[in-house]
Amino acid sequence: MSTISASTLPQVSSRRRVTDKVMRGSLGAATVLALIPLILILFYLLKRGLNGWSQSGFFTTDPTGSFFGNPGGIRSAIWGSIEMVLLASLIAIPVGIGVALYLTEYGKQSWFANTVRYFVDVMTGVPSIMFGLFIYIVLVTGHVGGGFTAWKGSIALSLLMIPIVVRSAEVVLLLVPSSLREAALALGAPRWRVIGKVVLPTAATGLVTGSLLAVARGMGETAPLLFTVTAAFGLTFNLGTLMNSLPVQIYTDIQSPRAEIVNRAWGAGLTLVLIVLLLNIIARFIASRSRRA
Amino acid sequence: MEASATTVTGGRSALERSPASRLPDRALKWGLSALAAAILILIVYFFIRLIGESHSVFSQYGLSFVFGNDWDVNRNIYHGAAMLVGTLVTSTIALIIGVPVAVASALFINELCPRRLRQPLSILVDLLAAVPSVVYGLWGVFVLAPKLLGGEKWFASTFSFIPWIGGGTPTLYNYFIAGLILAIMILPIVSAISREVIATVPLENKEAALALGATRWEMIRMAVIPYSRPGITGGAMLGLGRALGETIAVVLVIGAAPQIGNHLFAQGNTFAAVIANEFGEAQGIHVSALFAAGLVLFILTLIVNIIARWFVSRGSHGARGTGATGMTIASTDLSEA
Repeated sequence: MSTISASTLPQVSSRRRVTDKVMRGSLGAATVLALIPLILILFYLLKRGLNGWSQSGFFTTDPTGSFFGNPGGIRSAIWGSIEMVLLASLIAIPVGIGVALYLTEYGKQSWFANTVRYFVDVMTGVPSIMFGLFIYIVLVTGHVGGGFTAWKGSIALSLLMIPIVVRSAEVVLLLVPSSLREAALALGAPRWRVIGKVVLPTAATGLVTGSLLAVARGMGETAPLLFTVTAAFGLTFNLGTLMNSLPVQIYTDIQSPRAEIVNRAWGAGLTLVLIVLLLNIIARFIASRSRRA
Repeated sequence: MEASATTVTGGRSALERSPASRLPDRALKWGLSALAAAILILIVYFFIRLIGESHSVFSQYGLSFVFGNDWDVNRNIYHGAAMLVGTLVTSTIALIIGVPVAVASALFINELCPRRLRQPLSILVDLLAAVPSVVYGLWGVFVLAPKLLGGEKWFASTFSFIPWIGGGTPTLYNYFIAGLILAIMILPIVSAISREVIATVPLENKEAALALGATRWEMIRMAVIPYSRPGITGGAMLGLGRALGETIAVVLVIGAAPQIGNHLFAQGNTFAAVIANEFGEAQGIHVSALFAAGLVLFILTLIVNIIARWFVSRGSHGARGTGATGMTIASTDLSEA
């Protein structure tokens, strides 16, 4: 038995070798192509956004709303976004984790659980503008607690965040070893205590990661707010009134013919992207730490 | 437990909990079930309300609401063919440009690039999903549209013999710009799902191809792509669903034309864009027409998503429910508006 050395194997034909090189090269080129928009967007955001930031009082004043004179900054937009997303998170995270708990701890593979799972999946594909329309039909035209208000925007955002929280929470809850659950049940703990003392703490970091991703998503949404909150100029901490927000402010500023206001849009865009990226990085950091542990 | 012989008062086993201590368990179970049911009810309720709100338009126009080519607010005429065509054209452009790039990058990241680069490259591509759509709009309006206008003019006059594409005079905002931005926006989701599906190709299949003397590309073509085709198709469909419903980035660069544009670089409109654009001033039947546009959009995205889920679940080879795809979808669903 003689060993086959490389030289005894027939050479790969040059046509095949060239095809291989060309195709590998084009797959690599496509990857570079995929990254170009990201680089360009970040480049222009930094270039023109920092220019916007340099306007005096950019972070400390509210937009004036007057076409002439000082256009003002984005203080009310930042606070408005934080307030509305905070309320949306307070709704979406508990509801989302609750539904995920139902799916993993009670429903499992029953037809009802599978139906819920399916609809949650479908919900992730529903355009965000539809959630805005929904809240508009039900709460705004119905004049539940006034016309356009900030809390209605929060509910629209929470509807959009719920499926994200459910899907990611279900994944991490399924990762909790069933031996842990069984051990606790065997010791005589009732199910609700098993969930509270074993399942949730074990999955905690994963739940935080998924929730943060949902918060990041909610932060950048414009369309649901257009139909539920519209826009305002002043800073307010009353969720029962109109409220400004970063995405809506950017959206209206883009359409302005005035250079200073367009500058403000870039500055606000940079701010928004930094907030969203920060949330993403924190989420990924927590996720990678929990994976190592 | 019922088999236990020792009983206390009320004929209940000593090992069984008292009814009072079982209460929180029941409450939790039913509470969580109710929460899950509420999600279903909410979706169904929305659907019914949407049909109710748009009923007056459909009873007046019938199917010509979707297929008639005239949307004139001043004369109170609402035929949405321009939006239907715009929605389909921009989404098709997005698929044609976005899917090949996304799949190619997924193949490169999973099969060709050095292992050390795999994670950073995936994160970078995923970052595209983290950019809010209003920022895509901002960039599209002030950078992409003006910079590409010259190129579009050159293209339209050079290839003027191709119907629908060349010949016309490109406007600043048009179908192509909207489609291009959509292509960038669907890239991360298609790429993420493709990467995940490609990772499920059994090592044996790939090694078998290589052992038979296949080059790396032949291995990808013969072992990787056929195995992951359903999953990639599903990913592309999910991207399509995203593209159909994208609102804010599109409304800023589509031009809001009331009629079907006659070439690729003409202004158009989409269902989502017309809702966002006209909602503020709408009254009476106009509101109802916008709700009808929403209903058509909702049904369109629903159908696309249902088909996409079917492909993805078929493509992940029975892994559905373990939720890996769900996590990807959730984490790439960061941004849209």
